Amino acid sequence: MNARRAAGRTLTTILLLLGAGLVLLPFVWMLSLSLKPADEIFAPGIDLLPSRIEWRNYVKAFEEVTLLQFLLNGVIVCGGILFFQILIAVPCAYALARRQFWAKGLIFGLVLAGLLVPYHVTAIPIFLGLAEVNLLNTYWALIIPFVISVFGIFLFRQFFATVPNDLIDAARVDGLSETAIVWRIAFPNAWPAVSAFAVFSVVAHWNDLFWPLIAISDPALATPPRGILYFRDEEAGSDFGPLMAAATVVTAPLVLGFLLAQRRFIQGVTMSGLKG
Amino acid sequence: MTARPPAGPRAALTDAWLVGPATAAMLALIFVPVLIVAVLSFTDYQFGARGFAWIGLDNYVTLFTDRIGQRAVINTLVYVAIVMPASMILALLVALGIHAVAAWSGALAGFLRTAYFLPVAATLVAMATVWQMLLHPNLGLVNQSLALAGLGGHAWLSDRGLVLYTLAAIGIWETVGYNMVLFLAGLAAIPRHLYDAAEVDGARAGWERFWTVTWPMLGPTTLFVVVITATRAFRVFETVATLTRGGPGFASDTLVYAMYREGFVYFKAGYSSAITMVFFAFVLVLTLTQVRVLERRVHYR
Repeated sequence: MNARRAAGRTLTTILLLLGAGLVLLPFVWMLSLSLKPADEIFAPGIDLLPSRIEWRNYVKAFEEVTLLQFLLNGVIVCGGILFFQILIAVPCAYALARRQFWAKGLIFGLVLAGLLVPYHVTAIPIFLGLAEVNLLNTYWALIIPFVISVFGIFLFRQFFATVPNDLIDAARVDGLSETAIVWRIAFPNAWPAVSAFAVFSVVAHWNDLFWPLIAISDPALATPPRGILYFRDEEAGSDFGPLMAAATVVTAPLVLGFLLAQRRFIQGVTMSGLKG
Repeated sequence: MTARPPAGPRAALTDAWLVGPATAAMLALIFVPVLIVAVLSFTDYQFGARGFAWIGLDNYVTLFTDRIGQRAVINTLVYVAIVMPASMILALLVALGIHAVAAWSGALAGFLRTAYFLPVAATLVAMATVWQMLLHPNLGLVNQSLALAGLGGHAWLSDRGLVLYTLAAIGIWETVGYNMVLFLAGLAAIPRHLYDAAEVDGARAGWERFWTVTWPMLGPTTLFVVVITATRAFRVFETVATLTRGGPGFASDTLVYAMYREGFVYFKAGYSSAITMVFFAFVLVLTLTQVRVLERRVHYR
């Protein structure tokens, strides 16, 4: 019985490790190619390790295209989106959770209905609207469509509902305005929800290709995924080493974030399951 | 002394100040655009055109009768029909394995969980360019490995009969980790004593315990995973845009990619709107199912 159990364990472990190897293969291969000299990339045969480490691929990736600009754009766009999403969603969520007013049911209904709409659906009218006000090909074009997160409202509302009454009552007795209560009492108390939401939002928008492909044509405004495509198409597929170096650099921030804060990261990303 | 917020005009002003921006943004960025897409889908509007004509259901008829339109619909359904069950079954197997490993080595289980989840954390477009290298007809690792094993290689991304399945395989690679995490959460929630009870009742073999306890207890999680995976698969875009642009010969065209191409490459806003509405209808049906599922999940507890 014990021998059988040991055999079962060994088999399970081997299969799981094999599967994990397959899943990790693209990552390993990306790193390997990004560190290989050009002639080895084209050499026949399978060599995982480069004969010598070629850092020039990374230098080239930063020199030939504006990789740094892509990363900076990613930070600006993701940061801008997250800032406005929180600025707009938090007060609304607070009012829906803690105040009584006639339109409350109606607005919460809008939030729930909004959860059903994937952002691809609104692309054409928003594109038309941005063209109308001459904002295409700007950072605003990448930020504005996402400033409202109904998912954020939904999430924060649930969280604010659990903030102790005493805390809010005490603040009201102290004469704090409702706006001050939102940002100084409720918001800091919702920190777990805020951080999970931040992960959810940044992962979604750092990785998005659909909207940047539509809203901008100026490579100087490209977010990381859009930039990778510019890079690949410009280099006409000849310079694989720097392309893989660029892919590594673009993938690194989120992967490192995941490795450093796994629990929070998984929580944030799987929350998106709630959003259609 | 009351700590309730005062009623009256001042309170109404505060309410408006708190919910106003969000409500205005919801209307301007979600609901009005949805209405506009719905209206545009009945027109022949083109981006940049001065006017448009009402053409009724013509766009929808085109989508479902035109060879290219049909391809997009069918390809999307085939893609979902492959990615959904495959990534679900693999994720369940992996989750069961990791759950078992966790009983004797937390570190190994943690490592495996991290490894399988990594594709979810990665930037898909960047990883797609890596897949392009792996699948390169001559230099790619996949074909070279096949050659070493004495097998012939394939043009994974330019063979019409193969390309959709290649994209589906990448989709599975990308999704397994996500589903695994959901299944692991489901497994962790199954009370230990149910297994003890099953053992007392004679369910000794592992598979017996699986069918009497694990599978029924995972039911709500499984339904949830089915719908989530299907909704995510319906939105496939990044790999198509990066690797095939719907080609060769529309063999890997999908709804969202067709929406992008018709609307923003060919500027046929009306037709693209109709594709959008069909995509929306599919996702809506799935998401409403998901709401049902979630309600049922609550009911179980």
